[in-house]
Order: sequence, then structure tokens, then C-alpha cells
Amino acid sequence: MSKIVKGLYYTTTHEWVRVEDGFAFIGITDYAQESLGEIVFVELPEEEDNVEAGEEFSAIESVKAASDVLSPITGIIVLINDELEDGPELINEDPYENWIVKVEMEDKSELNKLLSADEYKEICE
Amino acid sequence: MYYDKLIFEISKPGRRAFSLPKSDFKNYKLSSNLLRANDAELPEVSELEVVRHYTNVSFKNFGVEKGFYPLGSCTMKYNPKINQDIANMSGFNLHPYQPLESLQGILEIYYETQKILSELSGLDTYTLNPYAGAHGELVGLMIVKKYHEDRNDFKRDTIIIPDSAHGTNPASAIVAGFKTIEVKSNEDGTVNIDSLKEMLNDQIAGIMLTNPNTIGMFEKDICEIAELIHDAGGLLYYDGANLNPILGVARPGDMGFDIMHVNLHKTFSTPHGGGGPGSGPIGVVKHLVKYLPSPIVKKVNNKYIIEDFNDTSIGQISHFYGNIGVVIKAYSYLLSVGKENMADIGKFSVLNANYIKESLKDDYLLPIKGLCKHEFVFDGLIDKSAHVTTLDVAKRLLDYDVHPPTIYFPLVFKESLMIEPTETESKDTLDDFIKIMKIVAEEARTNPELVKGAPYNTIVKRLDEAQAARHPIVKYRDLLQ
Amino acid sequence: MFKYLPHTEQDIKEMLEVIGLNSLDDLFSEIPPQLLGKDINIPAALSELEIYQKFAELASKNKELIPFVGAGAYDHYTPSVIKYIIERQEFLTAYTPYQPEISQGTLQYIFEYQSIIAELTGMHVSNASMYDGATATAEAMFMATNVRKRNKILISKTVNPNIINVVETYAKYRGITVDYINEENGITNIDDFKTKNSNEYAGIIVQNPNFYGIIEDYSMYREILDETKGLFIMNHDISALSILKTPSEYGVDIAVGDGQTLGIPLSFGGPYIGYLASTKKLMRKMPGRICGVTTDTEGKRAFVLTLQAREQHIRREKANSNICSNQSLLALFVTVYTAVMGKEGIKEAQTNSINATHYLYEEIIKLPKFKKVFDHDFFKDCTIETTLNPKVINQELFNNGILGPLSLGKYDKSKKQMLLFSATEKRSKKEIDKLVSILGAL
Repeated sequence: MSKIVKGLYYTTTHEWVRVEDGFAFIGITDYAQESLGEIVFVELPEEEDNVEAGEEFSAIESVKAASDVLSPITGIIVLINDELEDGPELINEDPYENWIVKVEMEDKSELNKLLSADEYKEICE
Repeated sequence: MYYDKLIFEISKPGRRAFSLPKSDFKNYKLSSNLLRANDAELPEVSELEVVRHYTNVSFKNFGVEKGFYPLGSCTMKYNPKINQDIANMSGFNLHPYQPLESLQGILEIYYETQKILSELSGLDTYTLNPYAGAHGELVGLMIVKKYHEDRNDFKRDTIIIPDSAHGTNPASAIVAGFKTIEVKSNEDGTVNIDSLKEMLNDQIAGIMLTNPNTIGMFEKDICEIAELIHDAGGLLYYDGANLNPILGVARPGDMGFDIMHVNLHKTFSTPHGGGGPGSGPIGVVKHLVKYLPSPIVKKVNNKYIIEDFNDTSIGQISHFYGNIGVVIKAYSYLLSVGKENMADIGKFSVLNANYIKESLKDDYLLPIKGLCKHEFVFDGLIDKSAHVTTLDVAKRLLDYDVHPPTIYFPLVFKESLMIEPTETESKDTLDDFIKIMKIVAEEARTNPELVKGAPYNTIVKRLDEAQAARHPIVKYRDLLQ
Repeated sequence: MFKYLPHTEQDIKEMLEVIGLNSLDDLFSEIPPQLLGKDINIPAALSELEIYQKFAELASKNKELIPFVGAGAYDHYTPSVIKYIIERQEFLTAYTPYQPEISQGTLQYIFEYQSIIAELTGMHVSNASMYDGATATAEAMFMATNVRKRNKILISKTVNPNIINVVETYAKYRGITVDYINEENGITNIDDFKTKNSNEYAGIIVQNPNFYGIIEDYSMYREILDETKGLFIMNHDISALSILKTPSEYGVDIAVGDGQTLGIPLSFGGPYIGYLASTKKLMRKMPGRICGVTTDTEGKRAFVLTLQAREQHIRREKANSNICSNQSLLALFVTVYTAVMGKEGIKEAQTNSINATHYLYEEIIKLPKFKKVFDHDFFKDCTIETTLNPKVINQELFNNGILGPLSLGKYDKSKKQMLLFSATEKRSKKEIDKLVSILGAL
């Protein structure tokens, strides 16, 4: 059974959003990392790139699979987690601690369209 | 003793394995700003060292002549020795710019091979230029595109591909500038006609099918599918990867296919060479011939000429004429088999596959029952209680000196184990394989840890693939750091 | 029973019994009957002896000529050991090395091949090979347009026109626009490049030595491209890089070309081998297979196909290239060639080729009906202008067993009096003198 953290926002495509000081931190869920297996590479976007809700902004590769990461919300990337460049396996170790990007949101009401932990749990079952 | 050296690691300055004639010419000096600053650090070894090195490296490989190689979708049949001798004969080392009158022998080979492929497939004309199956697919899809554009029909931007298709199909479609849409399979892996009907509209450029499909099942409804696609204005592309079982039995052209590629390195026994060179000739129905890329060899007044459709062709797809050396081997094979034996290739490849399938279905899960063609797919072991996976089974087979089947393809099953024995294997070989597969299934029940830890008898054990991909070491210099 | 089929009557009977069928024809019972039983009109089977005889006859209908042309296919010497190594069944009959435990042989030579390409180009990483130099160039264009998300590319008109044609074909269907940088006096016009370059273009493709054999100096290009974040793609005859400034020294992002000049026989144009190498930054955007080093569970060094998540069998419609089979056995071929020739031998073969071509050039332009065209350093192709009809020249040479120069009028009408000659280390002074005397008598 994969782990789901309360208080985060989720997507049907297995990304999560944590809101801190008005910024959105985005990562992939435990379910996602488990299905990918050993992660070998995270393709990071560049800071100041725009992201759009539902559009891909990163790709994660494991030994035998690749998956696009879709942005749950629209905004501008203000920080990327460059620890993932040399340590893609960090996502396997703790997918909720190791966010991929920090985004300045354009429209916070977009968060309302995302899933709660309980709603997301249903999808994973 | 495990031989672990790289050619660079046995190099010593001053050694050499070459001899060139003394040059009669004065030394010409190029401007220094055009030259490299430092020499490339290439190996320096003696001739025996080269030969011994690569002989030892070769011992770390498994080839068809060593043992059974039932790799699904790859048609690992015996590669006759004579084909190699023929390709090495003198008289064929020709420069591609030679005039036609000095090329009549090679052009005759090209022409005759074109003709035989047409007869076997039921398509009008072939070019032998594409370098491999994927290259053929790309060329075929370019023809689809050009055909629609020539009719000023620019809406057709989508290619239909079954979910069980080879990954190359969708990739080729994208490279040719199309979008792709997946059509669902029936339970038996064939195309679901109702789903297909729903997606047909004026944006469909065509469909790519493998028949028999990657699960080894023949598309019984192929004639109806062809009619539906043609009525909707699309073309049918045949992926020739699975041509072997219907060789001399049935022809894609008669089924309604408009374009197809043939893998000479699968169906016509030219060796795989560890991943190439292959050859992927493309054949088309009559009204598409004008789109074929050069060369097409024609016979006019008893002379062979190269015809090209410069004004109407899709364009140039390779520097010269393709992998001619491979074509020569395939032609030699076709002549050896001949009309009398051609249908037996298909029949015995199918007999062999069905024999293994029926003999192992009590131990391995057979998701699609019934007659298969040249290959079939198990969805792992029947008894999965010990969590022994398809990967574990494959690795354990290595210990018994068998090349494992294709694993985790097609994607429609979770634990795919895809077996293609080919017609050149005897019942005795198949019986040995069946026995080994049963032993492995028994081991998985009684001693699962043994299977999960395999292989034990190979020169290297299971590899850390994640490490290789996380911190890629891709050349000798990287090892020195 | 036919010699490649081992089934006895008894075997067939027993196997059909297990399957539960009565006859071999029953194996095809689900195929619609109208598709079965077509008469196929192909030649009758030949015995082994007859096949040898047939091909001997076919071979006699060809005529091997002494080539004085290169233009993408060069007549270099092939050391004898290569054939014996690449025809070992362990290499020849293996499939793509998907099961690394029993494919260390293939994987190791791919690793050595990648190392050799990296040494010669100076680039960080090479893939396991492409079909030929032309398709490798087209794949490099796909990489550039994909990485930069721009669908236009520049190419110099000094690139071999066959390579340009292939790039054009690949571009056209994928919706990529190819624009040209003009040629002036045989080299790329850098001012034209400066004018046309903009951030609409993913980058530029150039060739060195170029189609005319001229060695161009591309030192200024990196800086120009940096202004627009364009990628630099350079096509080389790989063997020339044993001597010439490397793509890496020019600041190239993607190095491509043909490997035929590493001893691969002419074989009427194929099989040859394309190479593609890139910077570290672009490694994960490369097409094709890549081999890497890892360890097994016992800590032993081993080789494995890596970064596979880029490839078509995983990415499917999201892959940037559709290549699967490449020219693996030719990768072994050029690897063994490089091992035999070594650090010194490759240079010596190329130096001898340069010297032979320059001798040929100097001698021909002394003739009254021939003159020099360009004033630049050249490698082992050279361009010479004539007042004679190129067809007459080539017919006369053909009558003497010689394959004459390529007439450039085929590609550019303004160059219809220009001829592209080439000589390699295999051409003796005697052969060149004969060529010159035939030309002189015309």
C-alpha cells in the first residue's frame, strides 16, 4: 500500500502540491515512484520557465520506463530542486520530501480543482 | 579465467598490427590551424593481440550456433554459411558511382530480389534501400503522407496503431509527422472491429498492423479491416516483422495491405550481427509505386537500369543504395529455399510454436488460447504464489544454456514471455527446451529463492542497471577518472 | 526434407498429436480460405554448388574498377584479420544485447567503439551507431529541433548534396524547415550565416572536409551560434579526425558522419556505418542505443545497454527517433580496424591518402585542359575544372578500367565543368601516372 500524506493536493496523474508561504512545491507521489521503479534521471526544467496546469514540465526516467510529470497548477518556476540532478534516487527514498519544482502560482483557485488526500486514495485503490 | 580487458587496457606505445605500402609521394603539409592539438589515444597492439583479444571477447556472447534462441518477434533462425561465402565473393566490391554497364551483376541480384519479394508478398514493386525495419516503416509512412497530400487531403494526420504493436510503430509515425491513436485489442489480441469503426473519420491517414500480431494471432477479420480502412480513405501498412509464419502460405497484398516492409535479417536469414546491419525493403501496391525512393531496378532490353521517380518520390532516404551486402545474402537464401520449400518455412515455424505452447500450458499461464502462428505469449508462471517473475524465469534459463524468450513485451500482459522457436529447430531441441522450462517452473514452486537469484553459471551475474543509468560511464576515458 | 528443416515424418506426426491437429494445413485453419493457396512464381530451389556457380556468373557481369572518386565512399585498405573476427558466429548471429549476462561480447565491443568515436571526435559520448552518415545527420537535426523547440535548421551548401537530400526528406515530413547558407569559392559564406542566423533556428549543419574536399575553418561559428543559443552540428569523415581539428575543438554540440573510411569495403554503397556523438549535456537526447559500464551482484565490471528510457521500445510515440537495429556488426568492424591500424596506422593511411590526392591534383592541373578551381587546403577529395566534356573523360577512363571523377554538374549546373577526384593510400604512383597520361591524351 503506497503512502499518501494528508494536507497535500493531488492529481489523477499522481503529482502532489504542497503550499508553503504562498508557493507551490510540486512532486510525484509514492504510488508514482513505486510504479516507475528505480529512478535514474529527472529531467529538470529551467527556473523562470512557465508551467501550465495539465502540461508536462519534467520527465522522470527509470531503468525500463519513462513518465512525463504534469504540472497541477499554472505559474512560474522560481526554484528547481537541483539535488535531483545527481541524486534522482532521492525520489524513491522519500517522494514527498523531494519536490521537483517550486512555483509561484498565477491563480490559487486552481488548487480547488485538485484532489484531497482521501480522494486521491480512492484512485490508487 | 574471466577475460575482462578492454583493447585500450592491453595497449602499449610502439606496438603495431598494420603494414602499409611505402608512400611514393612527397609529404603535403596542411595549415596548422586546421589540425587537432593532440593525437587521439587509440590502441597500440600487435596483430596476435588484436585477434586474441576479440576472440576472447566473442566467448562472452551467445549466438544461434551455440544454442536455442527463442527470442519472440526476432526470428532467430539459422543463418546459412553459404550466404556468408557468397557475400564475400570477389566481383561485388563496387563503388556506388560506377556506370551501369559495370554493375549488371549486382543490379540483376537487386532486380531478382525485388521480384521475389513482390511474389511472396503480393505487392507490386519494391525498393531494397531502407536499412532496417524501422527505416522501412519511416519510408512507408512518408509514402502514406505524400499520397494524401498529393490528393490535397491535408486533414489526414493520424495513424491508427493497436495497443499490442511494436514500440517502433508509434515512434515511426511521429518521426514521419503523424499523430497516433491506439485501437483496443480483443481478448485474443486481435483488433476490436467496433473500436476501429468508431475512430474512422476523415483525419485517419492509415493503420499499421502486424499480422500475425505480436501475440502470434492471425487477424481473421483482416479483409474486413482492410475494407473499412479503405472506405474511410486510409491506407494499410504491414509491419513485416512477423512475415515468417505466412511465408508461401498467405500474402499481405491479398489481405488488402498497400505498403509493407520486410525484415531481410529476420525472415530471410541474414544474420542479426548483434543488432545490425539489417535491411528493410519496402513494397507497395501499383498506384503508390511512383512514391518509392530510389533505386528501383528495371530490366529494359535485357539490360538492368536504375529507375528513379525524382519528381514524384518521397525523396532520398540514404546516402547510397542501402545495405546491399545484406541483400546479397538474402538472395542467396531465397535461391536455396526456392519455390518448393518456401511454404514449409511458414508451416514448420507454426508447428514448432504450437508444439511448445501446448506442451507448457500447464506450467505457464497462456492468456490467449487456440492456434498461434510463429510465436505466442505466456503471462508468466501459472503459480505466482512464490512471486517468481518472468525476469527471474528468463535469468534462470541462462543457467541452462538457453537464450531466454523476449520478456515484458507485448505490453498488454504484465508478465509477458514471448516465445518464437523458428522453423530451423528440431523436435529434439524443442523437447529439451520444454524440459528445461518445466524444471524452472518446478524450481519456482519448490525453491523460489534459487530462481530469484539466477543466473549462477554466466560469466557475469545480474547487473546493476540503475547505477549505469544514473552515472553513465560511456567510454574508456570515463574509467580513468 | 529441405536441409534447413530438421523435421522427420515421425516428428511431425508426434507434434501434431500434441497440438491436437491432423495435418500441417490445419495450422492455418483460421486464415480466410480466399487468402490461401496462391501460386507463387519464384525460382526453383538451387543446390549449394549451383548457387556458387550462379553467383560466380553474376559476379562476372560486374566490373570492379580502380576508383579515382570518393565523394562519400572511399577505397581504403581492409586488413585481413577483420573478416575473421566479425564472422565469428558469437558476434555474427547474436541479437541486440538485451540479456547482458550472455551478451558481454557485443556490449564490450560497443563500449570500445563508443570510446574510439569519442577519442576521434573529442566528444563526451557516442551512441552504438546509426545507419549511415546521411541519416545520422538527419537524426542530429531531430535532436537539435527537439532540444531547442525550434522547427527550423540551417545547412551549408558545401555539405555533400546526398546528405542534404536526406536531411531534406527527413525534415519535410516532420514539418521542419531547412534553409541554406551559401557557398562562396568552395567554402561556407560566413557573412551569409551571420545574416541568416536567428533564434528561429535550432542550429546549423556543416561538413568538414566539405563536399569539395576543402578543409574549412569553423573557429568563428561557436560564438555566432551562442548569440542565438543555436546548436552546432558538424559532419566528418571519421578517419579525417585522426589528423584534423576535432568537432570538440570547434565547440560542436553534435558530431556526426560516416565511418566507412575505417576500412569498410565499398560494397556498392553499403553496409556502411553512421556515427553520432554529443556533449554530456545532450546525452539523454541522443537517438539509438548506448552502452555503459556497471557492476554485477559480485562487484565485477560489466557492460549494459543504458539510458534506454529514451528509446522507441519504451517511449513509443514520445521517442524522438524510431531507430532500433543499427549497424552493430560494422561497429565491430571499425573497432577492429582501429585496433589493427592503431594510433599511428590510421594517421598514416590518411596522410598517404592526402599525399596521393595532392600528387594527382598537381599533376592534373599541369595539363592544358585542366585547371585549379579553389585556393584552400583540401583533404582526399579535390575539385578540378576542365574544358573537356566530363562524359568523354569518364568513358575513356572506364575503357581503361578506371572509375573517373564525379561530375559536379549533376548537383549544380554552374559547376558542370568541375570534377571531383580522390585518391587513397591504395593508389600507387604508377596508377596515378596512368590516369594523368590518359587525361593528357584527351
